[in-house]
Amino acid sequence: MKRVRAEVLSTRKLGAYHQLTVVAPEIAEKARPGQFVAVQMPVGREFLLRRHLAIHDASRRGGWAGTLEFVIDPAGPGTSWLASTRAHSFLDLIGPLGKGFSHPRRLSNCLLVAERHGAATLYFLAQELVAAGKRVDMVVGAETLERVLKPIDAKRLSQTVAIVTADGTLGDRGGVMDVLAEAAERSKAQVVYAAGPARTLERIAAFCKERGLPAQMALEERMGCGYGLCQTCVVPVARKDGSGYDNLRTCMDGPVFNPARVLWDRWLGERPTMLPTPPEGLPVVRAWPG
Amino acid sequence: MSPANRTLAVDLGAGLVLSTPVMVASGCAGTGRELSGLVDLRKVGGLVTRSITLEARKGSPPPRIAETPSGTVWTTGLQNPGIHVFLDAELPRLARGGAPVIVSIAGGSLEEFVRLIGALQTRPEVAAIELHLSGPDDELRRDVLGAHVDRTGEIVGAVARMSLVPVFAKLPMSASDLPELAKAAVRAGAHGLTIGGPPPALGVRSATLRPALGAVTGWMSGPALKPLTLRAVFEVARAVPEAPIIAVGGVRTAEDAVEMLLAGASAVQMGTAVLVDPASPVDVAKGIVGYLQAKGLESPRDLRARLRVPAGFGTPDES
Repeated sequence: MKRVRAEVLSTRKLGAYHQLTVVAPEIAEKARPGQFVAVQMPVGREFLLRRHLAIHDASRRGGWAGTLEFVIDPAGPGTSWLASTRAHSFLDLIGPLGKGFSHPRRLSNCLLVAERHGAATLYFLAQELVAAGKRVDMVVGAETLERVLKPIDAKRLSQTVAIVTADGTLGDRGGVMDVLAEAAERSKAQVVYAAGPARTLERIAAFCKERGLPAQMALEERMGCGYGLCQTCVVPVARKDGSGYDNLRTCMDGPVFNPARVLWDRWLGERPTMLPTPPEGLPVVRAWPG
Repeated sequence: MSPANRTLAVDLGAGLVLSTPVMVASGCAGTGRELSGLVDLRKVGGLVTRSITLEARKGSPPPRIAETPSGTVWTTGLQNPGIHVFLDAELPRLARGGAPVIVSIAGGSLEEFVRLIGALQTRPEVAAIELHLSGPDDELRRDVLGAHVDRTGEIVGAVARMSLVPVFAKLPMSASDLPELAKAAVRAGAHGLTIGGPPPALGVRSATLRPALGAVTGWMSGPALKPLTLRAVFEVARAVPEAPIIAVGGVRTAEDAVEMLLAGASAVQMGTAVLVDPASPVDVAKGIVGYLQAKGLESPRDLRARLRVPAGFGTPDES
């Protein structure tokens, strides 16, 4: 983990999103899919916490060596400010942060399920998996065409792609859950990776549990610092030995978790409680396929 | 005098000397590993640990933080591994960084505080104790344990009698009469006071008609707090001029820190600022040196309570 002053190389609009490219060789060298950086906001504004951006790409070789890419959804004041940064301005970055995705050692067929800009982190993962000789298939979903991140990249990186939009402006009309079963069968998926809104991930986790598919998911919870100090970005995760659960920091202990260990009801339920042992019992979790 | 002779060290008394008057506030110092790569801890005045309870606490349900104008609303529900795991795993790592470690302890009863200080007594890594008094009083069934003069005196007295290191009482910002609480704490044996810290707060998301935090209510922190802290420090310093005060809440820049010292503090703690810029306690300390130089002063001590208030301030108004 390094703190660097990174020059903005370019920003460009990408449908509803913005793509930001910065020069940060110290971070790019170490960055793994699933990891993120914490970007400082301008001093003297009323929004002050760092913004946390999943690493969309890290170039280590060639003409773009030492650059990092991020996809920004300008939904609030901080992300809007980031989307408006100009080339040759500088950003204060801390990264790479968090634990990234791991590859399956023996299994080959990987199904990547992305909703909205969750695709940013999964395209980076897809590149690595393809380079490692794995089969990659994808399901990419969003509300509308504008919010489907780089559909051409999705096609380039995978054997088959199912694109779905809620309004039918690109691909089939519907959500990722509508096409997930078919995609899993078609690709003979052995491992599932997912990123996107928590409610969707919860449903994908239930799907994987039902089918006995091992999975990894990049979770998002509201963060204070991003580097482990403030204990705010926690999600409830069952211990491996079944002796209970802990509220783990998505910044340091995640953001990538095994969804079978995540206590989704406690995390997203209507009446969150923090009892030592959940009444529903703790899940039994198989080890990640080595 | 030359800058080299200008020292930032502050002597808080009872053997507690900090290399700079700028510390990291409770809940923002991590568990020992997080900060070491981002700031030279030897140049930090002190680290206050997250508040430690007797038993492990899972803490509040997420979300635990939301941004507000120039601040945050947050709560962790005092998530911590309990005193025994803390002593085994966290305290040695925190101390290894090189900054003095001030252990914050929180309890819901007199017995819990006594057992906590008992467990800490023999540990050489502990430079001082900070008492978290903003939690509920389980024994007397009150919302805020430290908001009552008699109770504050009782708890502080019991801990101070057992402690081998200086005890700082962190008084709850929600209390109605901080100067009276401060006097009671000092009378009972508190070496000093931590003044400021987060007032209780609520965040609301109108889009979803829901509270911003999983626990519904929480605390507010960040630069927006500065005037609240300044006033509290000012009032308490006038009530107990002999006790060292550590100001916390709203310190982001060296100027903020200097203002706290002028209002009556001997040292400051930084919280939210560290979450944004982990090296800020070192930068703020450097900035204090710059201010001292510009004013021709020697030490942070020369700033303490030097706020020039009009003569007659604080006497009853005649009109």
